[in-house]
Amino acid sequence: MKLLKVVPDDTNIDFLKWRNWAFGVSLLLMIASVGLVATKGLNFGVDFIGGQMIRATFTQTASAPVSELRETVAGLGYGDPTIQRFGAENQVSIRMKLPDGADKNPEIANAMAEKITSKLKADHPDVRIDGVDSVSGKVSQELFSKGILALLAAMAGVSIYIWFRFEWQFGVGAIWSLLHDVTLTFGLFSLTGWEFDLNIIAALLTIIGYSLNDTVVVYDRIRENLMKFRKMEMASLLNLSVNETLSRTVMTSVSISLPLIILVLFGPDVIFGFSAAMAFGIVVGTYSSIYQAAPILIWLKVGSHSFVPTEEVSAGSKVERIDENFGAQP
Amino acid sequence: MLDFPRWRVWMLNTLIIFGVLFAIPSLLPAPMRAQLAQFVPTPSINLGLDLAGGSHILLEADTSQLAETRLEALEDGVRTAMRRAEPQISISDVSRTDGQLSFTVSDVSKVDAAREALTPLTNNTVGSSDWNIAVSDGNRVILTPAGAGNEAALDQAMDTAKDVIDRRINALGTLEPTIIRQGDNRIVVQVPGLDDPAALKALIGKTAKLEFKLVDEMADPDQTAKGKARVGSQVLPYPNNPSGLPNIAVRRLGGISGDKLVKADPTFDPQTNEPAVTIQFDSEGGQRFARMTQQNVNKLFAIILDGQVISAPQIREPIFGGVSQISGSFTTESANALSISLRSGALPVDLKIVEERSVGPDLGADSIRRGVLAAVIGTTAILVLMFLVYGRFGMYANFALVINIAMILGVMALVNATLTLPGIAGFVLTIGAAVDANVLINERIREELKRGRRIVQAIEVGYKEASRAIFDANSTNVIAAVLLFIFGSGPIRGFAVVLMIGIVTSVFTAVTMTRMWVSRWVKRTRPTELTI
Repeated sequence: MKLLKVVPDDTNIDFLKWRNWAFGVSLLLMIASVGLVATKGLNFGVDFIGGQMIRATFTQTASAPVSELRETVAGLGYGDPTIQRFGAENQVSIRMKLPDGADKNPEIANAMAEKITSKLKADHPDVRIDGVDSVSGKVSQELFSKGILALLAAMAGVSIYIWFRFEWQFGVGAIWSLLHDVTLTFGLFSLTGWEFDLNIIAALLTIIGYSLNDTVVVYDRIRENLMKFRKMEMASLLNLSVNETLSRTVMTSVSISLPLIILVLFGPDVIFGFSAAMAFGIVVGTYSSIYQAAPILIWLKVGSHSFVPTEEVSAGSKVERIDENFGAQP
Repeated sequence: MLDFPRWRVWMLNTLIIFGVLFAIPSLLPAPMRAQLAQFVPTPSINLGLDLAGGSHILLEADTSQLAETRLEALEDGVRTAMRRAEPQISISDVSRTDGQLSFTVSDVSKVDAAREALTPLTNNTVGSSDWNIAVSDGNRVILTPAGAGNEAALDQAMDTAKDVIDRRINALGTLEPTIIRQGDNRIVVQVPGLDDPAALKALIGKTAKLEFKLVDEMADPDQTAKGKARVGSQVLPYPNNPSGLPNIAVRRLGGISGDKLVKADPTFDPQTNEPAVTIQFDSEGGQRFARMTQQNVNKLFAIILDGQVISAPQIREPIFGGVSQISGSFTTESANALSISLRSGALPVDLKIVEERSVGPDLGADSIRRGVLAAVIGTTAILVLMFLVYGRFGMYANFALVINIAMILGVMALVNATLTLPGIAGFVLTIGAAVDANVLINERIREELKRGRRIVQAIEVGYKEASRAIFDANSTNVIAAVLLFIFGSGPIRGFAVVLMIGIVTSVFTAVTMTRMWVSRWVKRTRPTELTI
């Protein structure tokens, strides 16, 4: 049986040739992302800014009357709502700030939800209330700081792990590429205006775990090759390592992102942002493990001196010698 | 490396069978599962509120109010203790400020006697002191809460509050609530399958502290309107005041509290035919109520619920027997809710709803349907891809993947984990990531073959060399998942649980299981050529 090859055998693509370009572009994108978040901001959900969100589906209407809703809800005197369609055209989320004094007296928040839902039901008999989220200012602040803390702890945690398993330069490379992936995901959410809620923090944490998958595999090969080909120039060695692991990198990225893309397309609307963030992060993470995590090792002056060859690798000498010859060719 | 002792094969196969068996109940429709449960235990996966529909409510206790309540109780106790002391000790200038209670003993020589009389009040059951007693200016006694006093009181109050909430929700009927304490001063209430959380919120958010106090009939209405009261009186809000004022003045002392009830039922006022609540005191409360009504015939008394006057009727005649009726613009629902709250006791502390998440059952069902659809399409795509790329070895990976899915479900059922909406996403992600180990192994075998190794050796080296990267990659995933679990809340935790279980089972199925199958195939057929 003839098997499908995702990547042709014995590729010899000079990935590292473009490393300065790639690094520059990435840096620009990261700055742009930070700039976007700083100026345009993120469309925070009630999880992080507090407030009330009502989800409703218009079961008999093809398209939810968003502008009409905006007027009716604003007419209730609780301020202007943020109304968005999510998923299907007939599903909306209505977000409100909690009225003054709601932190002291929860009855006020209850009354608001009650009033809005009963008004909706009166105006549109086909409306179905799918859920009410109400988060007080205090809790939302806690959720926010906890989320940021989790992100930082995860990045630090996995980088420290890499540092212990490899060398400190690899740890730096890991944390840099994670920073890259997370920053770009923030940028994506600022650009698209997708709602940024607790789920997105979860997605980012997942990205931190899985985008490192590729990095670890590439690093593992780099370490192996550093011990094998002790005289090879670093850029060629990185190229060799990336090429050797290329078909695996592509295959894994496909196998992880394929179900995620399907989840974005067919999955529940409620977690659209969550799925989209993960799919985006995995794709960006694949790129960053080749173009961020690997080249950084050159700048950090990693070389064969960083590792002492061990018994384990020098075993199987016959095959090793073939490799040596292969590796010696430029 | 490729040697598999028979006992290991047996062990692995047993693990598979158990994993798959535990998964079965979760895959069955509910009625079938119920039938099966009559014969064998059927552990199954719980659905989170975001999938089953329901309400998640986070309540927070007002700690400052609890301290105030303790101080109030202490004041009552002090006054009673001084009155009952032999001989009576007269005190004046009782004040509660800054969390401490102070009063002046009129006769300086009786200060020591006063201290003596206070001891039973300030000591708690474990023998240490809840309140520190100090005397200044010779005859001014100051009581300040001792360090652990307020914390212990809070802890106790939260435990009681949890029980009270439990009783109240149980009174609503067949709901299956989960009520857990969180941190020092919070309680999480989760009620699955609830269409309208409004009734629930009305029920658990109410402190339901009932008091009866005499109306201060000498109060100046102008002052009352401004919220000012005479010495010994206080002004309370009274929304249904027939006089038109928004509040009313009541005497601070001489009232009784309504916590000594044996019964509370919704009813209708025989005169107005409006909804009302009948309450019945226990014998002690009944006697106090009788005494109060006897001494104050023709006066007005205020019925106060949670610091708000609901009505202020006239005492026409003494009420013996301890049965009373509360009326005042109730609806049938609110009368019912109040009687449930009164029956299950007042909350020892005010609780505020600081977070609420409710999901309708339709949205949850839709999420399940589409989540399962995505998972099925995703799995199919992976199965096809793996077969096309790795042939026989791809099929091994596919078997491992299917078993992995079953095992995740099985382990989740076994540890009684909760599947949430993000959990479904975690599931889909795990499906893709699970074959990663096989990709690593197969690519490595391919490479080793290309380098000229013999088949058996290539397979051995492939598994061995790939294991290191598999271990490192999965370790970083576990780190992320553990942090997700620690910092995450509710549904996110469900996601973290799926990830963690998935990582462990996938390494087991993708590495150990496939190696067993590969080794059997190699041993049996002694292949001379390997397409991978």
